[in-house]
This record gives sequence, C-alpha cells and structure tokens, in this order.
Amino acid sequence: MTTKTMASNVYGWMDERLGLSELAAFARKKTVPVHAQSFWYYWGGITLFLFMLQCFTGVLLLVYYRPGVEAYESVRQITFVMNFGWLIRSAHAWAANLMMFSILVHMFSVFFMKAYRKPREFGWLSGMVLLAIAACFGFSGYLLPMDELSYFATKVGLQIPVAIPWIGPAIANMLRGGPDVTEFTVQRFFALHVVVLPALFIPLLAFHLWLVQRHGNAVPESEEAKPANERKSMPFMPNFLRKDIAMWIISLNVLALLASVFPWALGKPYDSLAPAPMGIHPEWYFMSPFEMLKLLGSVLPGEAGEIAGMLLFTLGIVLWILIPFYDTSKESGRRARIAHYFGLLAVFALVATTVIGYWTIR
Amino acid sequence: MSKTAIAENIVQENPENGDVKTRRAFLAAAGAAGVCYAAALAYPVYRYLASPSEMALSASAVTEVTLKDAQKLPAGSVLMFKFGPSPAMLIHHEDGQWVALTAVCTHLGCTVQYEPQADRIHCACHGGVYNPYTGANVSGPPPKPLKLFKVAVNAAGVEVSRA
Repeated sequence: MTTKTMASNVYGWMDERLGLSELAAFARKKTVPVHAQSFWYYWGGITLFLFMLQCFTGVLLLVYYRPGVEAYESVRQITFVMNFGWLIRSAHAWAANLMMFSILVHMFSVFFMKAYRKPREFGWLSGMVLLAIAACFGFSGYLLPMDELSYFATKVGLQIPVAIPWIGPAIANMLRGGPDVTEFTVQRFFALHVVVLPALFIPLLAFHLWLVQRHGNAVPESEEAKPANERKSMPFMPNFLRKDIAMWIISLNVLALLASVFPWALGKPYDSLAPAPMGIHPEWYFMSPFEMLKLLGSVLPGEAGEIAGMLLFTLGIVLWILIPFYDTSKESGRRARIAHYFGLLAVFALVATTVIGYWTIR
Repeated sequence: MSKTAIAENIVQENPENGDVKTRRAFLAAAGAAGVCYAAALAYPVYRYLASPSEMALSASAVTEVTLKDAQKLPAGSVLMFKFGPSPAMLIHHEDGQWVALTAVCTHLGCTVQYEPQADRIHCACHGGVYNPYTGANVSGPPPKPLKLFKVAVNAAGVEVSRA
C-alpha cells in the first residue's frame, strides 16, 4: 500500500464518522466579498488571534502566578527571576491592549458598514457582550500584580458602582470582598479573570463566530446597491484565510516588538497607607468613560451630577446596543443618517475625552 | 541509451525547469525562515517553563551544607535536611557515630526514613532496606546504595559535604 492510498483510507475512515467532506465542501463554498472596504473584515480575525494569544500567554503566567498575599511577590518572580518571564508578562499586557484596540476598530467598522442590520442583530448584541467581558478581563487582570498602580486603579474603578443608587455600595463590597481593596480582592479577581470570564467569553465567542458562518460577511450599502454580477468576492479557502494568517503574523510581529522594546513595568508593591502616586490614571480604554463622568461631574457638581452622569452614560450605551432595532431599513433613510451621525458622535466623544483625559493628567 | 542521456532529454524537454528550480529554492527558503520564526517563538517559552529545573540544577551544584546547632541532635535520632534540591538525612547513632546520606531511595525516588528501633533505613513505598551506617542496600528492590556524605561536627553545628 502506498502512502497515498493509506492516507486516503485514513481520511475515508474519519470522514465516515466525522463528516469531514461536508465541512470541506462548506469551506470551499464560503466566499468573502471584495470591495474598497474589505480591509475592515480582518479586524474580527485579528481580535480572535489576539484572544488566542491571551489564552496562551495567560496559561504561561498561570504556571508561576500565586493570587492572594503572595500576588506581588509571584509577579516579581515572574518578571525578574524566571527566564523570559518579563517577556511573557509583557506580551500578555500588550496583547490585552492590542485586543481592546482591535475590538474597538472591529465594532466601529461593523457600525459604519451597518452590519448590525437584519439578520445580523445577534452578531451585534453578542459582540457588545463580548466587549463588556473583555473590559472586565482588562479590569480584573490589571489588579493581579498588586502593585501601586493596579491597587489604586482598582480602588478608583470600584468607586463607580458605588454611585448606583441604593445597591451600589453592596455591589462594590461584593466585588472587593470587603470595604477596601485587599488580598481578598485579588483572590476573587483572579477567580473572575481565569475561570468565570473565560467560561462566559469562549462559548459566546463561538456563538459570534457561528453567526458569521451562518450569515456571511455584511457588505456596505454602496456594494449592496450594485447588481449581483458586478460584486466581486474571493474564496475563503485558501485566499482569504491566507490573508487572514498574514494579518495574524503582522499582529504577532507588532506584539513581539512592543512587548520586547517596551517591557511592561512592575511598580512598587501596594501599600494601603501610602498616598496615591502622582499622575495616576486609568488604562486608555477606560480613560474616556472616566473623563466623561469627570466632565459631567464638573458641570453638575455633587451627587446630582454623579447620578445624572451615570444616567446619561447608561442611556448612551443602551442606545448604542439597541441600534439594530432602530436603524432597520435597507434604504438609507433618515434613521440610517441619524445612526451614522450617532456613530460619528460616539467616535468623536471617545477620542476627545481620551485626549482631554491624557492632557489633564497632572 | 545511458541513464544520463535520458535525464538530459527530460531536462531539455522541460523549458520551465528554471522556474521549477527557483520555486523550489524559494519554498525551501520560506520553509527555513518559518522554522526559524517558530523556533524564535518557542525558545523563550521553553526557557520560561524550564526555569525551575534550571534553578534546581544550579542548586545541585552545592557541595557543602552547614547545619547550625545540629551537634545538639540527641543520639539515636535523625535530622532531615535539604542538600541542594533533594532531601538528605543526618543520623546520630546510639554509639555516637555521625552519618549523613541522601534520603532518596535508589529504587523509585521515595524519601526514606531512619528507624532507630530496627536499626535500619526503610523505604515505605516498596519496602527497600538500607544499612544506616554505610547506606548499602540490604534488601528489597533498591538496586544501589544511598550515597554517603562527609560529616564534620564542631561547636557551632554540623558540616555536611560531598564525599
């Protein structure tokens, strides 16, 4: 028996049991639209790749990380004692930031291509939940080294739910595991970060990806207007996949460069009696909401401002999440224009408040 | 016709031979670059995961351990200590003799124990027995004796060093 017939026998045996040829046929049939905006199709894939890198580097960190009282010491050990520990940790921190960035690019490209319209509402909604979980990943992961910065960032961040009327303080205490950020906080954030959040994120991600397979890529309105025979597309296998992988390799190289040239710092161990260090500020992806709340607080001072800020902020997020149910029509009518301007306003507000936030760091 | 002539014929019949060659060279170069890339990624990960074994290796370079106040160990008793990365035992025999040996069974690596009543070193895992003076394997599965260390007792403690 030659190797070729042996391989085909093995394939036949597996195919009979697993239905591989159906999958292969499906993969051959799948195409990706080609047009001027095709570039934005890569960002979902880049996010997926960065998430896989997070799983990989996260497991590597898990090999030496110890939550609780030893948290800082174990991160110090990873950073300064273990071979290349600094690189693994730096890659994990940088990839988290890159992943947040690629999620935002992906979300806004979906928004402006109006890819949330029927039948893709669940794609949009699941994406919103994935973004929220990713933010929780970022917030919980930031505390794990228990250095000065992560201590104060968590302290400040957990003051936000306190502003929720009545139940706010109870929620904050539940998250913190007490009235202050302590080793109990780091222990429960660790449980969230490595067990609870992945358990929520991965199935939802699978659902999100399944929806993309089911409905295919959405095309922008300019493409939709064209007759079917004028639209171009390329096969997913192998053409798009090849380009996808090229994007992944570019992302990996960017990550490797950032992680090794700008290694992630480890601050002093936290001290619950020390004053907050100068120039302390949230991570860039939390800068905008913090700044918005701060600005609203200065317009409307006191508790009224805090509550009004929270309400306005919540309203904006709810409107953003519900956009598929507002902007439903295929024709670009008034609602579509309003949605478009809403998107532009959101981008402007995000960028402006982030810039102001960094500008006003003292 | 000789074999070389046939080969020449094939070469002449294939005008794209040059392209095939350059393509092959390109694929080989790309493959080599890919292997280098993968190796550059795998190397730090391997070294990272291997850190504890590297540390143990440097710990095993230890040649001498000083056991402070161990000279006060009563006769007929044992002190367990770490010699580098692995457990070792210091026995103060009833007759006043001091013996130090590795405490790792040569059979399957369990930590052995000194039994003063039976005057033997015993491994609970598979019943190996060693002589508590020489470390010689007396009965049971152990294939080799336990290694002896040099012992020097002074007023401050006991110095154990590689024999």
